[in-house]
Amino acid sequence: MKTILTLAAVRIRITLRNKTFLFFSLIMPLAIFFLYGSVFAKGKPEAVAYLMGPILSFTVMGTFWGLSMQLVTWREQGILRRFRLAPIAASSMIVSSILANYLLILPTVIFELLLARFIYHVTTFGNLISVFVLVILGITAFGAMGLVVASVTNTMQETQIINQLLWFALIFLSGATVPLAVLPHMVQRIGLFLPATYFVYGLQRAMLADAHLYTLGTVVFSLIAWAALASFISSQLFRWEPEAKLPRNAKLWAVATILPFVLLGIWENHNGKLLATAAYMMEGRPTENTPPADKR
Amino acid sequence: MMTPVLQVENLVKRYGDVEAVRGVSFSVEEGEVFGLLGPNGAGKTSTIEVLEGLRVADGGRATVCGLDPQKNPNELKNEIGATLQATSLPDKLRVSEAIRLFASFYKRTRNPDELLKRFGLEEKRHSFYNQLSGGQKQRLALAMALVNDPRVLFLDEPTAGLDPQVRREIYVIIEELKREKKTIVLTTHYIEEAEKLCDRVAIIDHGKLIASGTPRELKQRSGDTTRVEVRLAKPAAKEALSKLEGVADALEVDGAYVLHCQRTAPAIVSLVKYLEAQGNELVSLEIATPSLEDVFIELTGRRLRD
Repeated sequence: MKTILTLAAVRIRITLRNKTFLFFSLIMPLAIFFLYGSVFAKGKPEAVAYLMGPILSFTVMGTFWGLSMQLVTWREQGILRRFRLAPIAASSMIVSSILANYLLILPTVIFELLLARFIYHVTTFGNLISVFVLVILGITAFGAMGLVVASVTNTMQETQIINQLLWFALIFLSGATVPLAVLPHMVQRIGLFLPATYFVYGLQRAMLADAHLYTLGTVVFSLIAWAALASFISSQLFRWEPEAKLPRNAKLWAVATILPFVLLGIWENHNGKLLATAAYMMEGRPTENTPPADKR
Repeated sequence: MMTPVLQVENLVKRYGDVEAVRGVSFSVEEGEVFGLLGPNGAGKTSTIEVLEGLRVADGGRATVCGLDPQKNPNELKNEIGATLQATSLPDKLRVSEAIRLFASFYKRTRNPDELLKRFGLEEKRHSFYNQLSGGQKQRLALAMALVNDPRVLFLDEPTAGLDPQVRREIYVIIEELKREKKTIVLTTHYIEEAEKLCDRVAIIDHGKLIASGTPRELKQRSGDTTRVEVRLAKPAAKEALSKLEGVADALEVDGAYVLHCQRTAPAIVSLVKYLEAQGNELVSLEIATPSLEDVFIELTGRRLRD
């Protein structure tokens, strides 16, 4: 435990000294915050409140970039080998990186909530307990996904390509950029297979409809299942050495992480009410503004 | 009575179809500085990394401090310290943070500040890792390797890629550790490093241990001879050269001829006469006492550094 805490503390220090990280985890989320708040929501408190779900999702989902890039860089540069000489378990490396990310991302989330309150005068944030539980689950799940990506790719370039693909799917098909309700019907149905969709949806329900954790059972349960599965698989696939061979079935393992959402996607596509609720939430948004997508 | 602190028996390591280590055996006594000398790709690093628990052997047995690197990796890691060949630290980690971080991983630790002072890094304690020079990085690596006061220290090519002055600095540090009776296993492809630092040397080539002993013992293999290395204008028959007066044997290495001579002066006289008779000319001539390089050349027919 002491090892994990010491490692997490050092990781935080290193990360805060890294300009790229500061850009992606602070400047970019804040840029998105002000873009959404001032341009899309035109500063109207109700519209900003509606967009807080997507804004926080951006902030949280960004974790997978940082974690996967750090892991692959440390492996490529032989930094992990040096750690491996010491009596440290792979699990300590993994847990410390996710722990560090809580402490790096939660302040940004709180800062965004405060900005919404004091700059855009948003008065109600719904059920903040639900919001924070979802944020913490999200950091764990998306972070662990980043570690899985770093473990099944061999070079920085490969990691970046996979990250780009995942990132675009996550932000464009989930309702994080364009509200789910205005996406083409086919895309909405694909979106139901993405964890990000549930994450954005869960945050919006918690903030707009005051949803308790138990009413968000499906979302919470699927995020927990995903976080657990992705963490487990990332510990199984963890490689200390750049030249360490990837087990032949590693990519299958990586694909297995999406299992909870494949099942959930199938179920939601048949029986779910998520799309209807998402549409309702958007219509219920008490503003005459069109959502960002409609402006195009 | 000394006890072996490290034992390797018939060690084998493969990478796919390539057999990097092919049945290497040796043992190291407590307080000894043991060198693995050989060209790049000889299997030195593979051997040492199996002993550090970083790689899994494909055959044979190894124990370090009585521990099996595969079965007791964590106990082993508490007992050993090492510097690696291909390694690094995060760019934005400060020197003092790095050594403290690694100190926190061990049960038994030495004072990190004292180590930094001893390795001349006190003034650099607040510098980031990426601001250090090659020599400073290597000194930090050595300090970090000692942070758990290890029983056995592994140094993989401790001076590779460093300029001569920095190399001498590292020698001074290793000699100091030697005086403290630290058990050290080091790999190198520098002859002078092996001769200067090691109590015993094992010569490794193509994954096999081809000779071992103290540097003196190894050099005595070349007999009580002087080494004369000549370059000639035209190729000569080495059989003819080896039959010259005073010459024990002759080898052709990289276009030069190495003559091991029992009596140097007559050998040179007869060589010059022979060349004159053949219409050949002497381009260069070097006389030296045999070094480990000669032992290596004798055993493999090649120079250590290609």
